[in-house]
Amino acid sequence: MRIAFMADLHANREALEACLAHARSQSADRLVFLGDYVNYGADPEWVVETLLEHVEKGGIAIRGNHDEAVGERARTMSSPAEVALEWTRNQLGPAHRAFLAALPIAHEEEGLLCVHADAAAPFRWSYVTDAEDAARSLRATESHLTACGHVHKPALYNVPVVAGRAAKTTAFRPVAGVPVPLLPRRRWLAVVGSVGQPRDGNPAAAYALFDAARGEITTFRVAYDIEAAAGKIRAAGLPAMLADRLAWGL
Amino acid sequence: MGALTGVGTSPIRKGAVVDGFLVGDLIHTGGMASLRAVTRGDIRMPLLMKIPTLLEGEDPAAIVGFEMEQMILPRLSGPHVPTFVAKSDVSVHPYIVMERIAGKTLLLRLDDLPLPYEEVAAIGAKVATALDDLHRQHVVHLDVKPSNIVIREGTGDAALVDFGLAHHDQLPDLMGEEFRLPYGTAPYMAPEQILGDRRDARSDLFALGVLLYFFSTGVRPFGDPKGKRALRRRLYRDPVPPRKRRADYPLWLQEIVLRCLEVDPAQRHPTAAQLAFDLSNPAETKLTGRSERLDKDPWSAVIRRRFHPDFARATPRPAILAQVSTAPIVALAIDLAESESPLHEALRDTAARILETVPGARVACLNVLRQHRIALDKTLDEEGRNKHLTRLVELKHWGRPLSLLENRITFHVLEATDPAAAILEYVRSNRVDHVVMGARANSALRTLLGSVSGEVVAKAPCTVTVVRLPRPFEKASEAASETERNTP
Repeated sequence: MRIAFMADLHANREALEACLAHARSQSADRLVFLGDYVNYGADPEWVVETLLEHVEKGGIAIRGNHDEAVGERARTMSSPAEVALEWTRNQLGPAHRAFLAALPIAHEEEGLLCVHADAAAPFRWSYVTDAEDAARSLRATESHLTACGHVHKPALYNVPVVAGRAAKTTAFRPVAGVPVPLLPRRRWLAVVGSVGQPRDGNPAAAYALFDAARGEITTFRVAYDIEAAAGKIRAAGLPAMLADRLAWGL
Repeated sequence: MGALTGVGTSPIRKGAVVDGFLVGDLIHTGGMASLRAVTRGDIRMPLLMKIPTLLEGEDPAAIVGFEMEQMILPRLSGPHVPTFVAKSDVSVHPYIVMERIAGKTLLLRLDDLPLPYEEVAAIGAKVATALDDLHRQHVVHLDVKPSNIVIREGTGDAALVDFGLAHHDQLPDLMGEEFRLPYGTAPYMAPEQILGDRRDARSDLFALGVLLYFFSTGVRPFGDPKGKRALRRRLYRDPVPPRKRRADYPLWLQEIVLRCLEVDPAQRHPTAAQLAFDLSNPAETKLTGRSERLDKDPWSAVIRRRFHPDFARATPRPAILAQVSTAPIVALAIDLAESESPLHEALRDTAARILETVPGARVACLNVLRQHRIALDKTLDEEGRNKHLTRLVELKHWGRPLSLLENRITFHVLEATDPAAAILEYVRSNRVDHVVMGARANSALRTLLGSVSGEVVAKAPCTVTVVRLPRPFEKASEAASETERNTP
C-alpha cells in the first residue's frame, strides 16, 4: 500500500493537478488529504470538486483551519487572508460548504493518525515547528506514524519508544525524493509540506508518499505552472502578495 | 509497538529459523551486538546475522547504533561494503542479515606491526578507495579502525563494516541527535568528531591516518586515551613524528600520515580519492615541512593552541557528497607526439576554465609514450637521451602555464602500446572524475590509428571532455555528399 499525503492545497489547481499526476506515476493507491483545501488560491471550487471525487472513490479528507473558517463569519486571521477568505466564501456553493463543514477533525487507522495540526489539541490549530512541539504531538498518540500539515514546511520527527528512559525527539529535514525508513521502535511525525503554498524557500509543490510495505516515507517536490496559478490570483483581484509568494516559496 | 524490554533473552539461537533464515554458529560477541552465521536456501553467498545486545539498562547507544545500521546499510552498494540482504521488520527480535565477507580484518595484522612502508601504503590506498566510494554514497563511517576493515579474498578490495556510528547526510542522524557525548573509538577519533561534528567526510581520513601511523610504526599516535579530557588532548598536542620513531621512515609517507592527522580538516587531503592518489603515487607526493619533522611542536606552540583553540569554533561544513564533488581528480591527457600546438593551447585553456570553477581539484597530466608492439623498445633515443625523462620534461613544460600549486598538479608518462587502454587504466585505478583530452584533427591519421578520444569517451567510467580545434563550417549538403562518396 502506498499512501500519498497532501496538505495545504489552498485552492491551487495547478499545484494539485501536478501532485496528483506525480502520485499516480509513483503508483500511489490511496490519497489522504490533510486539510486546508481553500483560501489564498484562485480555484477553491475546482479543488473542492476534485476532493469530492476522490473522497467518493475512497480517499480520506480531514478538516483544516481554513476549511473551518470558510463556514464562519469574522474570525481573526491575518489581513490578506481575511480578504481572500471573504472572496472564497462567495465562490463556494452551499454543497461545497456543507462538505467542508462536515469534514472530520482527524482520521485514525491501524498505526496511522492523520490530523491537520498538533495531534495533542487538534481543534486549537497549533503549529508543529520544532522538536519540542513535535514531542507534545507525539505524546498524544500511540500511532506509529502521525501525518500532518499546517506548517507548509516539510519535516520529519521521531521519538524512540523506550521504557524507563526520557527519550529525545529528533528533528530532520527530509531530502526530496530520498525515502526515509520509519524504524519500527519509534513513533514518527511527518509534516508533509504544502501542495498549494510552500513556505520553505522552495516554490515546488510538496507532498509525501508512505510505502507501508517497505515502511518508508518519501517527500516529493513537484514543479507546477506557478505563473498560471499566480496570474489567476491577480486576475481575481486577490491580494497580490498571495500571488508573489508562490514564486518565492515563502 | 512494544517497548524495548526483555529482548535480552533473544530466541535467535543455533538451530532456530527466523524469517526463513536458519541460524548457525555464533561468530562474534561484541559490546553492542553479536554475529551469527545464517543460511537461507535461495541465497548462495555466506551470510551473517547481526543481533543487537538489548539488555535492560545497557548502553542505549547500542540500539540506536543498530537502528542507524538498519537505515544505512540497505542504501549502500558495491565491493567496499557488505551486501545487505534483509532486516527485521516489526518482528520483536531485531536483526540485520548481510553478506559474510570472505577475507580477514586488519585486526589480524596487529601482531605483525610495524609493517613494511610499501605495504602500509598499499593497505592505505585500498582503504582510502573504499572510503571514497562510501563518501560518494553520502555516508561518513566515523569508526574507521582495523577491526572494521576487511580485505576481501580474491579481489583484495578493502570493505568497511559496522555502520553503527556512521552518518548518512540524507537520513535522520539519530546518533548525533540523541546523545550529547560523541561516540567513536578513542584512539582513532578525529578532533572535530570529539567536538560533536558528525558531518565531515575528512574525519574518516584522520582515522585512516591514525591507522597508517600505527601500522607503520607499531605505536598509536595518540595512545588509547580514557576519559574526555585525555581524548581532547589531540586538539592541541601533535603526535611524535614517525621519523623520530623509525629513522628510515620515508619522507613521503610521513608527509601523507601527518597530513591526515592535521587537527583542522581543511589541512587534510580534501577527499579520500586524493589521499588514495598520494598513497598510490608516492614519488609524486608533494613534500612540505611535515615530511622532515623530527620533533613534536614546542610547548609554547602547544600552549598557544590549548588556550586559543581556533579550531574549536564550529565551522559550517558542506554536505558529504558536496565535499567530494568540489575536489575532483581531473586528468589532462595530452598527445605531445603530435606537433599541434593550437590544440595543445586549446586543451590548456579548457583545462584552465574547468579548474577555475573547482578550486579543490587535483590535476594529473598524462602523456602516453607509445611502445612498439613487437620490437623491444630502447629506453634511449638516437641522440642517447632518456625518452621517458624527455617526455616528462615536455609534459611539465606544457603544464606550467596552468600555474597550479605544486600539491595540486602531478605529471605522469605512461608507457603503453595502446594509448586509450593506458588512459582508461589510469582513470580506473586512480578514480579520476573528469578526463580532458584533445581530438586529432588529422582524419587520415585517425583512420589509421583509430580515435583514442573516441575510445576513452566510450569506455571511461567518468565525464570526458574532448577538446577540438574549431573547423570551418561546411554546408550541410556538401558534408552529406562527402559522406556518400566515402561510403564504399
